[in-house]
Amino acid sequence: MGVLETAPKGNAGKIKKNRSSDTIMEIVMYVISATFLVILIYPLYFIVIASFSDPSAVAGGQVWLFPKGFTFDGYKELLRHENIWIGYWNTILYTVVGTAIGLVINISAAYALSRKDLVGRKYISLFFIFTMFFNGGLIPTFLTIRDFHLYDTFLVMVLPFSVGVFNIIVARTFFQTSIPGDLWEAAQIDGCGNLRYFAQIVLPLSKAIIAVLGLWIAVGYWNSYFNALIYLKNPNMYPLQLILRNILITNQMQSGMGTGEAAQIALRLANMMRYSVIIVATVPIMCVYPFVQKYFNQGVMIGAVKE
Amino acid sequence: MKSDPIQFSRKFGQIKQNWGLYTLLFPAVVLTLLFSYKPMYGVLIAFKDYSPALGIGGSPWAGFKYFEKFFNSYQFSATIKNTLVISVYSLITFPIPIMLALMVNQMRPNRFRRFFQTISYMPHFISTVVMVGLMMILFSPSTGLLGNMYSLFGKEAPDLMGSAGLFSSVYVWSDVWQHVGWDSIIFIAALSAVDPSLYEAATVDGASRMHKIRYIDIPMLMPTAITLLILRVGGLLGVGFEKVYLMQNDLNITSSEILSTYVYKIGLLSSQYSFSSAINLFNTVINFILLIMVNQISKKLSENSLW
Repeated sequence: MGVLETAPKGNAGKIKKNRSSDTIMEIVMYVISATFLVILIYPLYFIVIASFSDPSAVAGGQVWLFPKGFTFDGYKELLRHENIWIGYWNTILYTVVGTAIGLVINISAAYALSRKDLVGRKYISLFFIFTMFFNGGLIPTFLTIRDFHLYDTFLVMVLPFSVGVFNIIVARTFFQTSIPGDLWEAAQIDGCGNLRYFAQIVLPLSKAIIAVLGLWIAVGYWNSYFNALIYLKNPNMYPLQLILRNILITNQMQSGMGTGEAAQIALRLANMMRYSVIIVATVPIMCVYPFVQKYFNQGVMIGAVKE
Repeated sequence: MKSDPIQFSRKFGQIKQNWGLYTLLFPAVVLTLLFSYKPMYGVLIAFKDYSPALGIGGSPWAGFKYFEKFFNSYQFSATIKNTLVISVYSLITFPIPIMLALMVNQMRPNRFRRFFQTISYMPHFISTVVMVGLMMILFSPSTGLLGNMYSLFGKEAPDLMGSAGLFSSVYVWSDVWQHVGWDSIIFIAALSAVDPSLYEAATVDGASRMHKIRYIDIPMLMPTAITLLILRVGGLLGVGFEKVYLMQNDLNITSSEILSTYVYKIGLLSSQYSFSSAINLFNTVINFILLIMVNQISKKLSENSLW
């Protein structure tokens, strides 16, 4: 604290000195942030140009700033793989249905918990929060899913794990801080019940939190492979991520191709497809964010942690 | 108060009046009971010789047999060590998003800042599967971007994905790359809540930018940072399954076998349900104890705590 206390003595000189140190700092800052930006962007940019380039040029280190041997072969190759498109469709389905279910369940629970006149509020909150820190674990959960005959069904991908306690806490804080309490009192005098009040007055005022939670849940569904890995057996129900895992990581595409020229070409195409498949799988979900971005500035997140 | 009949009937009246709120809570409560609390009962199989034919209740008790089996197995110290190395390493990178937020906060609100922020969020939307696939492509010593960069200088690139010694570094720093921008949002939001007159007053008193960061910004971020830190420490043994499992291969397995991947392999791949549950329960209990300890310490030292 020394600086602030002693400051008034030699103020004018100090401010001048600080100006120059501030300028140096500003330059350093912009250098750091520009470097950081390059580290962030370049790998992403590289994937994009590699997906349009001749694979042997990519592997041979000739692609740095622009595509070399411009081609759409990688994308054409994608079209030939039916399982990718089945996976894509499944993922869209799981994401849309799962997000809808998740929003309805979490937002309504969060609103109820935000109301101070809810009897037993503390205990119900504890009932949810406890599951954040203690859970049955993999095998008991697996056995439960099997006991309910949910194994290898559509439902297991969208319903059982849709309660997100963190989401509920964030939404609850939002309701507590941005929906005025007298609104409910006024509605009550007019004879409006809780459910109608929630649907017709609270929800239209809550676009920000609906957008933010919707984004979180949708990204979660779009990107997850764990539940599919554990609870699905039928390959026709696999989401995109599980199919990507086979293409990108376990390289199942390359096995069983034999040798010779045909195999060489197949391998070449498989290598090429690795870039285009990354683009096709990632771009849609990245495009959602800019639409939701403005809501993140409404202090949605900060309240969550303070609570 | 408890035995006061008037209080009681008032409460009852309140419950009756707010039946709508309980309706809103109902789906979340039911799903939590079925898919979080029912598996908790299933944890009992850690103390039993579980056989699917007899069910959880009917299987004979085994006491601490499976815990002893785990403590005595050669995998015990290896998995615990690997898990701790990765999580403590990640914990060390905890201040990086805070530093980024402090830097972004210093930028003038112009186009560059907006561009910088949008770009820094982007990698967060990449799925784990794509991220690991990306790393395998880019880090390949023979055909990848990194390999090609090294060969520009006539050197040979290290095999980052196939090295036991480098596993934790690759895991942690790729995580930083992917999430640093996103994780900084919450801190940037906290900083935007600073009263601008504080900065003005500091300028008048001759404070430089560094002083403002040190005496205004950092204290402002402390409560948020500590809350998040407590949560992180509470999950010290809970290193996620998804990314580690995808990054595992024969070459790095000695440092990449962690508790959660071991639980998965023992449980679902080799069907030793009781053994797997015992390992998982051990993991959960340690995490729970850690969380309570850290929370207590933080309460004493800084008056910040989760509860």
